[in-house]
Amino acid sequence: MRSIRVAAIGAVTLSLALAVSACGGGSSTGGGGSNDSPKTLTYWASNQGASIAVDKKVLKPELDKFEKQTGIRVKLEVIPWSELLNRILTATTSGQGPDVLNIGNTWSASLQASGALLSWDDKNFGGIGGKDRFVDSALGSTGVKGEDPAAVPLYSMAYALYYNKKMFADAGIAKPPATWDEVVADGKKLSKDGKWGLGAEGANLSENIHQVFVLAKQHGADFFTADGKPDFTSDGAVTAIKQYVDLMAKDKIIAPGNAEYAQNQSLSDFAKGKTAMVLWQTASATFASLGMKDDEWGVAPAPVRSGTPGTGTAVNSMVAGINLAVFKNTDNHDGAVKFVKFMTGDAEQKILNKAYGSIPPVKAAQSDPAFNTQATAALRDTLAKSAEALPQVADESQFETSVGTAVKELFADAAAGRPVTTASVKAKLEKAQQQMPAK
Amino acid sequence: MTTTTANAEADRRTVSGSTPGAARGPRRPGRIRRVGLPYLLLLPALVLELLVHLVPMVMGILMSFKALTRFSIRDWSAAPWSGFDNYKISVDINAPAGEALLHSFWVTCGFTVLSVGLCWLLGTATAIFLQDTFRGRGVLRTLFLIPYALPVYTAVITWAFMFQHDNGLVNHVLHDQLGLTDKPSFWLIGDNSFIALLTVSVWKGWPFAFLVVMAGLQNIPKELYEAAALDGAGMWQQIRRITLPTLRPVNQVLVLVLFLWTFNDFNTPYVLFGKAAPEAADLISIHVYQTTFATWNFGTGSAMSVLLLLFLLVVTGLYLLLTSRRRKTADV
Amino acid sequence: MSSTSPARPRSPMAAPRSFLWARRIFLTLLTGFVLLPVYVMVSSSLKPLEDVSGTFRWLPSGLTIRPYIDIWSTVPLAKYFMNSALVAGAATVCSVVIAVFAAYAVSRYRFRGKRVFTVTVLSTQMFPGILFLLPLFLIYVNIGNATGIALFGSRGGLILTYLTFSLPFSIWMLIGYFDSVPRDLDEAALVDGCGPLGALFRVVVPAAIPGIVAVAVYAFMTAWGEVLFASVMTNDTTRTLAVGLQGYATQTEVYWNQVMAASLVVSVPVVAGFLLLQRYLVAGLTAGAVK
Repeated sequence: MRSIRVAAIGAVTLSLALAVSACGGGSSTGGGGSNDSPKTLTYWASNQGASIAVDKKVLKPELDKFEKQTGIRVKLEVIPWSELLNRILTATTSGQGPDVLNIGNTWSASLQASGALLSWDDKNFGGIGGKDRFVDSALGSTGVKGEDPAAVPLYSMAYALYYNKKMFADAGIAKPPATWDEVVADGKKLSKDGKWGLGAEGANLSENIHQVFVLAKQHGADFFTADGKPDFTSDGAVTAIKQYVDLMAKDKIIAPGNAEYAQNQSLSDFAKGKTAMVLWQTASATFASLGMKDDEWGVAPAPVRSGTPGTGTAVNSMVAGINLAVFKNTDNHDGAVKFVKFMTGDAEQKILNKAYGSIPPVKAAQSDPAFNTQATAALRDTLAKSAEALPQVADESQFETSVGTAVKELFADAAAGRPVTTASVKAKLEKAQQQMPAK
Repeated sequence: MTTTTANAEADRRTVSGSTPGAARGPRRPGRIRRVGLPYLLLLPALVLELLVHLVPMVMGILMSFKALTRFSIRDWSAAPWSGFDNYKISVDINAPAGEALLHSFWVTCGFTVLSVGLCWLLGTATAIFLQDTFRGRGVLRTLFLIPYALPVYTAVITWAFMFQHDNGLVNHVLHDQLGLTDKPSFWLIGDNSFIALLTVSVWKGWPFAFLVVMAGLQNIPKELYEAAALDGAGMWQQIRRITLPTLRPVNQVLVLVLFLWTFNDFNTPYVLFGKAAPEAADLISIHVYQTTFATWNFGTGSAMSVLLLLFLLVVTGLYLLLTSRRRKTADV
Repeated sequence: MSSTSPARPRSPMAAPRSFLWARRIFLTLLTGFVLLPVYVMVSSSLKPLEDVSGTFRWLPSGLTIRPYIDIWSTVPLAKYFMNSALVAGAATVCSVVIAVFAAYAVSRYRFRGKRVFTVTVLSTQMFPGILFLLPLFLIYVNIGNATGIALFGSRGGLILTYLTFSLPFSIWMLIGYFDSVPRDLDEAALVDGCGPLGALFRVVVPAAIPGIVAVAVYAFMTAWGEVLFASVMTNDTTRTLAVGLQGYATQTEVYWNQVMAASLVVSVPVVAGFLLLQRYLVAGLTAGAVK
């Protein structure tokens, strides 16, 4: 018996010793940055193009250019969206991450809270030409208001209504809908013979959030109070979410099958002429890769309740986009700032945003004629006039998960033919709100 | 050819091995020259188990007592201790986090009982039906092992394709061809997702039960059946009186292993539903994953995992206690 | 097949009709259930994209091998394949060797802490992977920082992780198997002047080949199919098939025909290997685990 106990105690002691020794590392690399390896950088890019291979093809020549200018070699890894947040998490906990990385701009505040990212104070911003070079709406989603931004805008995107010209002509619709009432009316004309008016990604949590955020704005509601507390169950929010799900449940202009879409199947439906409209951000490159010609689709500002898009309740898009961030513990601080300066420089902004069909968040680059075409003008105007940033709160990702899931479940109800009522919407949102961490 | 000889050898050894006492014959410590040798032999296994399982588990338990959120994740050892707060959050069934965990726990229990039961039933029935030689038996045995041999993700991806609403086989058969449903059903969202998950789990899991029971059947001496046949027992009676009772020790292990694997199963729901499983199929492993990784709340996530581990320890302990006692009384 | 099969007939007398009919019906239904996904996988992999994005069809409108060509360029499948083969292969070899040593020690020696060892090792089967995923990852990172051995994100780290996943079951099964190898054999070898390791490798291991093959098959399958740890612990260069296959679905369209073709391609080596070695597995289980 004694020997067993000795062995057990020995094993536990050994484990604890190992565990404690394992504690040390996180802090040693957790401090500030350095310039220990000034000749190399690691860069994690998000998947912006039709595939990872496309991204590599777009970025490689630019990185070579950077190396020629500065002598710094950039090691590129393009990370699929499904993995990006986990990879950032592991990089944050371990201190072993890239020097520079792309983040979804809605994550800015969440990641800012972790303290792993370099703060863009005036000095750092000075190193890339100053804050004034960037468009205000894009700067609005780089972190919590009143604090130094955690990232710098890289690509901007906005929602617009894409429509199939031929299907509109066949249904006798002269111009794309500008209000939700018109969307529903036109949608009903278009939804017949196995074709549908509008597409949606009902099981994609972020996509749901983007849509209901804008609708809530249009009903004068916010999902967070001014001091950052969740407020999901206001009348405006409930009405907004019900209105969105009703497009499938009541108006029946979204195919029930869309309730399980989460992998951009709605875009492929649109490209195949199965649905006549989608609300999407910078979809032109995707349509092309799906074999749809540029003259087959049109683009119009996303709908509002009435009148024309603007601010306040006339918002018709979130500020979508990608930010560029630097890990605080980089061992090439100066090189990383140089790289950010290079990527946000006027010339690179034009090249990159053209390649991805997005809009440059840099004012000087926006004037390029490439951003005034059919595909991009509507997006640019939306960004400039009627787009608002998602709530910049640390709990943003919980918000996306809980409310996004609520909408997903409501879509599932609608698809199964169960009634979606104000009460059922409110119940789901109450549950979602309770899941938010108590403050 | 070599396989046949090896098999014959294995068979011979099985017989000698299953004779009580032979395996645990008298040891002769005098033969062992170096006392350190066994420890040396165990060392690699021990070090690796410590490194990959035990030390991380101790760390996981430590983490469950910390307020380890996105604010402190950068250096977990410096995160503030929070006592039992994470556990309170996890078990407070009146608050949403605890309620959701409890819901997920019940879903997992129901899922596990059904899945293990069906896997065992199918596996045992098939093993018994394939006990006699008949034409095509070898082919069937090979076919039946395919689901087990397939990598989890390819099997589950294929099922996910079959369960698609618009272009899946299941809806095509049930709705378009048989007309059993009014309209195409959803299998990967809503309540049906439980059925989908169960189907995939049983499809993938039953061949293991089959394999183990088949192996167990080979340890039943032929003479038992012959004696029973002489007594006039028919086929069904032989199965009930000889086959099933003799399989009991095999089943004891099999059911336990299936239970642990199914209860902890992460791969199947993760590949089938992605990172957020529908409520009806919210297995506990994916629920904890969601709590931990989507929200970076590792303190609470670890506490939930520790509770899960405790539950499994208790159930396994009770199970072993009960089954071994029953076995002892049965032997008397 | 049946001539070499190790099973014993249950009874010399003929089975009753009820039994035969029950068997016929049961096995027919079961075969359908088992083969349905296999059929879907094979047939869909030979269909053009229109066939798999519209309503399901039993028969392809036209056969094409296009998906089998495209899978290699849509995602770097060959690289994932290499990674998986390397990781699973190395994990299998290491796992088997380590399990043989450990099982030999437990089976042949009497020493202090034996019970603690076996119980602890077996109980690791109970640990939810999610509990030690993050800590393990932190440990790997710290080992990397301290010693310069890159475990995190490398194939080495994955090999290490996977081999311990199969280790408990392998040790347990081999203990059973070694116990059934008559002790007189290795004692005779010891008398002949072999050391204990000589006895292990000259006598016990050759006699336990079916058990060892069974364990190897199990270890390989475990490593080849793991998803959770691969999704966190790999990067661009070390990504394995389990994670890489999801690449077909994260594109703008789900290319189901390619997904099925790729699934088939990555399944064939494992399934073929498994089916070839299945008799060992049954023999190994019979002698080892199921006693």
